[in-house]
Amino acid sequence: MSTMHVAMTVNGKPVEADIEPRLLLIHFLREHLNLTGAHIGCDTTHCGACTVDLDGKSVKSCTVFAVQADGGKLLTIEGMAGADGKLHALQDAFREMHALQCGFCTPGMILRAHRLLQENPTPSEEEIRFGISGNLCRCTGYQNIVKAIQFAADRLQGRPLQEAAE
Amino acid sequence: MIPGAFAFHRPGTVADAVALLASLGEEARPIAGGHSLIPMMKLRLASPGHLVDLHGIRDLGGIRADGLDIVVGAMVTHHQLIGSDLVAARLPILRETSLQIADPQVRYVGTLGGNVANGDPGNDMPAVMIALDAAYEVAGPKGARRIAAREFYQGAYFTALEPGEIVVAIRIPVPPAGHGHAYEKLKRKIGDYAIAAAAVVLTLAGGKVASCAIGLTNVAETPLLAEAAAKLVIGSGLDAATIKAAVAAAEAIAAPASDARGPARYRSKMAGVMLARALTRAQRNAQ
Repeated sequence: MSTMHVAMTVNGKPVEADIEPRLLLIHFLREHLNLTGAHIGCDTTHCGACTVDLDGKSVKSCTVFAVQADGGKLLTIEGMAGADGKLHALQDAFREMHALQCGFCTPGMILRAHRLLQENPTPSEEEIRFGISGNLCRCTGYQNIVKAIQFAADRLQGRPLQEAAE
Repeated sequence: MIPGAFAFHRPGTVADAVALLASLGEEARPIAGGHSLIPMMKLRLASPGHLVDLHGIRDLGGIRADGLDIVVGAMVTHHQLIGSDLVAARLPILRETSLQIADPQVRYVGTLGGNVANGDPGNDMPAVMIALDAAYEVAGPKGARRIAAREFYQGAYFTALEPGEIVVAIRIPVPPAGHGHAYEKLKRKIGDYAIAAAAVVLTLAGGKVASCAIGLTNVAETPLLAEAAAKLVIGSGLDAATIKAAVAAAEAIAAPASDARGPARYRSKMAGVMLARALTRAQRNAQ
């Protein structure tokens, strides 16, 4: 099969490869770059477990060819924590607010929440729920995911922290 | 769920894209947002040998006013439509409909051109376009032409596009300021295609309906222009009896498939319910 050359930035680092056009971005990330944080949950573009951030957009990486990301800037869950290992506010919030059980949806949720907070730094609960409607979770019922995103939004805005509700 | 192999082409201009599609023939398909095409390719329901990517063509972007129309480039995404001040001010039904399509990720990538050109009866924008009496600017091997949305849809996945033609822009006559508008979409869950949906654009004069256009989504192989229903409401104050008659007229033309979204009879009824809700809401937001 004939390949194409792609070059992109992934989590701040330049990446180059020769790949088939039909290679999906999710497979490029997981199998070529060994970035296995993004997950394949449904393969039908519904669940959002494959969500990454490409050029400032939340995208479902199972529905994008890696060649379409040529020249682009990708952020995955592996790039959320600081270089010193300090957790991003969202990662910390998901931990603090028990927003994950099995964790399968979590990388996609966090990447989507990250872009959501860039679009709207102070979302209401309704805006959060609408904003993550492309990400399905089978474990949590979403309640704590919403709380975690509110908690992270507050922290990123420098608002006083509130203890998790009883 | 791995697509078949294909060659990937990235033309920089509309002319290059048209030339490529012409030379590559029926094995080639244009790709816009890809969120209808790629899922089909992953299921191997589509196996084009060549994809002609439209993303690099700057002329396919942009939202602009042009005289009495607004012209939207075919590659404008739903996300861009939602964020456009011009659209919010002059064509609010577009924004309202985009917000009801799929989910945030799909809206970041999915395009208006793809939504109108694919011929999928489940897509939401075609019914809105026929209600607005929009036209599609098309480029092809024989040159440019304009096709009215009301003449574009011929069957499921079957449109007036000739081989090698692509939609380059959508031209929409701006409804009068103070027009009423609504897109009511019934769906099983957020992000789903419509069980049935109704687009209404109307104007009021002295409390009565002066003009009205109605489009119905996913209750036939094509979007439906509910002309009889629209005629019935003109001149009325949208009293209960008039709405009931319009609903009956809409149900009469609905011919939906029975599928996982419901049996045909239910979906026809729901087209009527969506129409009633859309008429009521459009009346309320008209000035």
